[in-house]
Amino acid sequence: MAQPPAPSRPMRTLLVMLIFTIGMAVWAAWPGTPNTPRLGLDLQGGTQVILTPSSVEEGQQITDEQLTQTVEIIRQRVNGIGVAEAEISIQGAGDSAAIIVAAPGVSQERLVELVGRTALLDFRPVYSIAPPVPVSDDTTTSADISVGDDTSAITLGNEIIQAPENTPEFAAEVAALDCLLPENIAGGTPDDPTEWLGTCADDGSSKYTLQPAFIRGTNVTEASAVLPQQGVGGWVVSLSFDSEGADALSRASQELSALPDCSLGGPNPCNAFAIVLDGVVVSSPRFNEPILGGQAQIEGNFNAEGAQDLANVLNYGALPVTLEVAEITSVSPTLGSDQLRGGIIAGLIGLVIITIYLLGYYRALGIVAVLSLFLAGGITYAAFVALGNTIGFTLTLAGIAGAIVAIGITADSFIVYFERIRDEIRSGRSLRQAAESGWVRARRTIIAADFVTLLAAIVLYVVSVGNVRGFAFALGLTTLVDVLIAFMFTRPLVTVFARSSWMQRGGWFTGLDPSRFGDKEVDLAPTKARTPVAAAVREDS
Amino acid sequence: MGLFGNLSNRLYSGEAAFNFVGNRKRWYIISAVLLILSVGILLVRGLNLGVEFQGGAVYTVPNATCSVVDAREAAAGVLGSSPTVTETGAGLIRVQTEPLDQATNLAVVQTLATACGVPAESIGAQVVGPTWGAEITSKAIQALVVFLILVTIFLSIYFEWRMAAAALVALVHDVVITVGIYALTGLQVTPATVIGVLTILGYSLYDTVVVFDKVKEDTRGITAQSMVTYGEAANLAVNQTLIRSINTSITSMLPVLAIIVVGAGILGAGTLLDLAVALAIGIAIGTYSSLFVAPPFLVQIKEKQPQIKSLGIRVMARRAGNARASAAKAAPGVAVAEMVAEMIGTDEDDQVQPQTPVSSVNMADVTIVEGPRTQPKRTPRAKRTKRD
Repeated sequence: MAQPPAPSRPMRTLLVMLIFTIGMAVWAAWPGTPNTPRLGLDLQGGTQVILTPSSVEEGQQITDEQLTQTVEIIRQRVNGIGVAEAEISIQGAGDSAAIIVAAPGVSQERLVELVGRTALLDFRPVYSIAPPVPVSDDTTTSADISVGDDTSAITLGNEIIQAPENTPEFAAEVAALDCLLPENIAGGTPDDPTEWLGTCADDGSSKYTLQPAFIRGTNVTEASAVLPQQGVGGWVVSLSFDSEGADALSRASQELSALPDCSLGGPNPCNAFAIVLDGVVVSSPRFNEPILGGQAQIEGNFNAEGAQDLANVLNYGALPVTLEVAEITSVSPTLGSDQLRGGIIAGLIGLVIITIYLLGYYRALGIVAVLSLFLAGGITYAAFVALGNTIGFTLTLAGIAGAIVAIGITADSFIVYFERIRDEIRSGRSLRQAAESGWVRARRTIIAADFVTLLAAIVLYVVSVGNVRGFAFALGLTTLVDVLIAFMFTRPLVTVFARSSWMQRGGWFTGLDPSRFGDKEVDLAPTKARTPVAAAVREDS
Repeated sequence: MGLFGNLSNRLYSGEAAFNFVGNRKRWYIISAVLLILSVGILLVRGLNLGVEFQGGAVYTVPNATCSVVDAREAAAGVLGSSPTVTETGAGLIRVQTEPLDQATNLAVVQTLATACGVPAESIGAQVVGPTWGAEITSKAIQALVVFLILVTIFLSIYFEWRMAAAALVALVHDVVITVGIYALTGLQVTPATVIGVLTILGYSLYDTVVVFDKVKEDTRGITAQSMVTYGEAANLAVNQTLIRSINTSITSMLPVLAIIVVGAGILGAGTLLDLAVALAIGIAIGTYSSLFVAPPFLVQIKEKQPQIKSLGIRVMARRAGNARASAAKAAPGVAVAEMVAEMIGTDEDDQVQPQTPVSSVNMADVTIVEGPRTQPKRTPRAKRTKRD
């Protein structure tokens, strides 16, 4: 800080800025990605549900793992209804965490049903396994299959086929099921464990006809992925059951292990049981032998990750936490686009008025200010687009408000600088020197003041939930853009202006005419005779 | 414009000085009255909290063909109690209810859709559980506390603790009065309002930082001279940044006003409008406090500092000496000044210089009406630029 920074090369700085701006523009306009900011639900319409999790067991802290698992399950369910752009995020941690599910174009009724309920895990004996494709016949199409007692479940998630008995109608429905359709393997629909179930494997590889459940997910006390010390094969999943589960397991295993092995299109009933999560089969191990002690191991071609995934499902299949719906916000697409239009109109009006004001007051310097403002606006927009494409930033109404507020803060940086320049001219400096020494002083103020705003934005972002975050992000981003513009654009451009002889003549258009200085004589041009004080500065700068 | 430019010039030179520091009692009284009113109104009337804080539901029906009364009756049929129904824009009906369960929520949407002749999907809904609001509030307070601690640390390092204290006083002042205005007008407090108030914190501090930065610069090395008191130098600094303060307030206010006009005229109530109203109030008060509250308060606590105190006494003594020297002119107040000078025991030989007679010895009240520029003594220019 010892020297005023810049008998600088303003053109070089401007060139760097130009390259940066072009870079941002290219990044935002990259082919194959959206070229507009990702809009939040309040702008494009849709439903957002905020869920507060609490531990299933009284007094237990919620772990990060449980939260991640919960989000994973919710994601599966939401994707199951074909909402590609649904966004599920965790904010906060532990008991004060909130899970936010935002799905565009989904009605609140549907989304709340979907995420609010707990997932269901059960173990069912396999009756038969069939290829995934529907068996073509003239039975009713899958569209009008109506099954189960719980009618609300039918509107949600994948299609599941249930019946109290293995009737011919049931068999026909199962035969018509198409496990190649993504919605049929996404899961998300809880099945009734007391009835027969026709469903798909979660990878779409096969179709199952399953008997009523013999063990419920709640009977599993612990599941873990282990690598046996001796023995062949890789990872296994080790399971413990409570006494009820152990009894059921020993009965079922004795019965099932006597049956022939299952295979595609193979015998029925056969020797396997299916682990069913939210209506789809996640695994179907067979019994090698009767299991009597309530301890079981599932072997297979697991890698570490696969074994851990299955263990997680077994541990948390029925959501690891209970979820309470804290807030539902539903915005219709028309209302959303109205808000967006209003925000844009307000932003434009604000910009135009400020432009008029700055041009009127600062004239030539006002041009610098207005160019800076528009460049700041452009870079902010490009950043919104680019961040939407990369880290999934969504622009909400609160974010737009943050950006509009930032117009004022950005303009302030120029005002601080310009007023400093005028102060310096009043104390007898030439325009050129004033632009340099004014900047040194303004720079400190701009950094300090912007730092406070940035601090506010960061604290808000870290601590708050939901909408406030979007606002804080936009505010923080625009504050950074402000610093960038002030240093890399406004400042060098002012230097260029200050070096031009027409500015130094101090005509009306420059905004530095004598009337601005109380009709006193001010020297703008450096060539004239000057006071010794000013000359001293010039020498060392 | 020429007039404005002229004013800015006179402000800079100290010819036209608004006495922000000297008249502090007046500003304190104004602020105190506003603060007491704010707290009083808040205690008596409370805040009109939105559903987000107390739980409940808000439905927005666009292009409604029903009247407010129709909508109220239709919703009341499902709810069993009468909801608050207002028309917030052209054909935009807003229905606000007590906390309700999901089944009732869906039933209300259906009923409103039928009664108002719009598809159920077009109805905007916000349903908030009763405990969620408390959580949001506690998070906002948490954010506030963390922010205040961090900002106090920053300001204490960047300036000094006295400036940090004065900035915080101005901040609390702004927030309390803003809340008071919400209590008085009964404007609804929504999360957007909270965002607005939190932004005010940032804005108010930002403004104060800019002013204090100038004060800091102008009062550097002030104790090395005996021409001006700290209060005078600070007052001049505030005056010198006045044009900046006015311009910044205008440019910050313009887009916010644009939001309010667009919000009220086109959109009806919503996030944007709530936020803008909070900001407009906050910007106005923030500007006021950065001029009328923070600097006088700063001067007051600065004057407790021994060096600054002795500077004040030195300056007063010197002026008293000057005044005595020109006693022939018998300006009012000189008698008092003379008495003080005698009490302090001024050195008569102190350099005599034509000075404006001082009307009172209260050092904070000294206003330079005319005469030479009374800028604080500064280090030579060349050094000053280097120092930065």
